[in-house]
Amino acid sequence: MKKQYWQEEIETASREELSKIQSERLVATVKRVYEKVPMYRERMDAAGVKPEDIQSIADITKLPFTTKQDLRDTYPYGMFAVPMDQVVELHASSGTTGKQVVVGYTEKDVHSWGEICARALVAAGADETDFVHVSYGYGLFTGGFGLHYGAQQIGATAIPVSSGQTKRQVTILEDFGSTVLCCTPSYAMTIAESVEAAGIDASKLPLRAGIFGAEPWTEEMRKHIEDKLKIKAYDIYGLTEVMGPGVSFTCEHQCGMHVNEDHFIIEVLNPDTFEPVEDGMIGEIVFTCINKEAFPVIRYRTKDLGYVTHEKCKCGRTFVRMSKILGRTDDMLIIRGVNVFPSQIETVLLEQGYAPNYMLIVDRVNNSDTLEVQVEVSPEMFSDVTSVLTSHEKKLQTAIRELLGIHANVKLVAPNTIPRFEGKAKRVIDNRQLHD
Amino acid sequence: MAIQQLSIFVENKSGALADITGILADNSIDLRALSIAETQDFGILRLIVNDTNKAAKALRDKNCVVNITEICAVAVPDAPGGLASVLRILADADIVVEYTYAFISNSKKDAYVVLRINDHDLVTAEKLFAEKGIREINEQDIQSL
Ligand SMILES: [Zn+2]
Repeated sequence: MKKQYWQEEIETASREELSKIQSERLVATVKRVYEKVPMYRERMDAAGVKPEDIQSIADITKLPFTTKQDLRDTYPYGMFAVPMDQVVELHASSGTTGKQVVVGYTEKDVHSWGEICARALVAAGADETDFVHVSYGYGLFTGGFGLHYGAQQIGATAIPVSSGQTKRQVTILEDFGSTVLCCTPSYAMTIAESVEAAGIDASKLPLRAGIFGAEPWTEEMRKHIEDKLKIKAYDIYGLTEVMGPGVSFTCEHQCGMHVNEDHFIIEVLNPDTFEPVEDGMIGEIVFTCINKEAFPVIRYRTKDLGYVTHEKCKCGRTFVRMSKILGRTDDMLIIRGVNVFPSQIETVLLEQGYAPNYMLIVDRVNNSDTLEVQVEVSPEMFSDVTSVLTSHEKKLQTAIRELLGIHANVKLVAPNTIPRFEGKAKRVIDNRQLHD
Repeated sequence: MAIQQLSIFVENKSGALADITGILADNSIDLRALSIAETQDFGILRLIVNDTNKAAKALRDKNCVVNITEICAVAVPDAPGGLASVLRILADADIVVEYTYAFISNSKKDAYVVLRINDHDLVTAEKLFAEKGIREINEQDIQSL
């Protein structure tokens, strides 16, 4: 019989049991990092917090935050909580600016990572009969490995395709009989287009599920991918600094991502005051690793924005559910004083029948911010009559104004002119020279 | 009687038009008439060619957005007011012309006018032209131009 959960006991544990496990593991982790990691000891001493002050999860708010900058400042191994001879694997976050962040895993950590990904795979209906096609990059970036290990733990066949060479991806989907595809949602789109271009009927492929993550994506985008590839698309979330993909995952009800709470404590904080917000309120997501040996981060500020709900899920899992990432405090564009997330524009585009290939170009003209939305014209909306096309542009402009309250200059561009992405999409070009 | 016109989305950037006409040349497509409508952001290239389906396929294979529309092309009397009289007939019948452009035939020394009329008015327009003795050209005429 098909397994509904990978580890039923913990995935459906009561809140009391989960709190008890979280408290015990938090206390132990804090004690250990205070002893082993100079940065944590200095920070806690400066804040006047001793390990003994942390008795349960309620005390977590006493602990200082950790930021990406802290992890960079201790490059490469300054935050490791075990001697290097216990570290069996290293990864690094894709730092576009400054130094990378290097993270390490002990043998137990590697197993934990595979375990949380195994839960995600089982939640997506996978078992030992599946062929798990992993198109996340295999390299220093954590992308491909977690799901690879997870696939092996459940006894499925892992296919480490890595990202790129899209035509080859399509050949492998067909010839190897991949049943579960794992990659970024933008790359899933690129693969879907390639399947279509090759004249392959997606419904004839054995592929039936996709586990997509590593970048923010919208519900509309999910439906779009499901429709193009004729699969059910599941969300997976994670970040290198915390573990990698697998920190949280969607179940078949696709109503938020269950956080693996026996491994991580999630907090949602008001981005200005850093006070906890209630369920349903948007804030910055902060994680603490409580079951990791080599690289346990304490109150790590992800800069991802989202919310959580403790309401019971129909799937029976009791793990708290986090929303899709609604944006990043970093990705947030401030245009004429208005906060704009690329995902908001993406939602409007998809609602109006555009493909989710777009580029936002922000500039400053005569001391005023301008936003140009470039989107590809589709054969369905194209017309020989100019006014038909300009009315499409106007309609989109109006929808953006209604949603965000700002004027956007919509520009239709030729198909296939907007870059396609193999990893994380880059959707914004900001040409403003901001001088503070 | 209507003839087929090819419309192609063109970005307003240098080389876009050259790329499209290059694709047509590579496929030995002969252009009979050409017009471009431009907005601030983009243009629509409208063409009448000797082999519409072949041209459309060649362009789509190169990722161009293309559509095929039925348009009406009439021979215009070679006298002052020739075009005006054609447009008057349509205006009197409340038929809207979305756009129009002219082309000439080298071989026959004739001038023709393309009229883009909404599909639902096309039959009425053609009937009116026939009644008023205005000669409409067809696909065979296009081949022999
Ligand atoms: Zn669930």
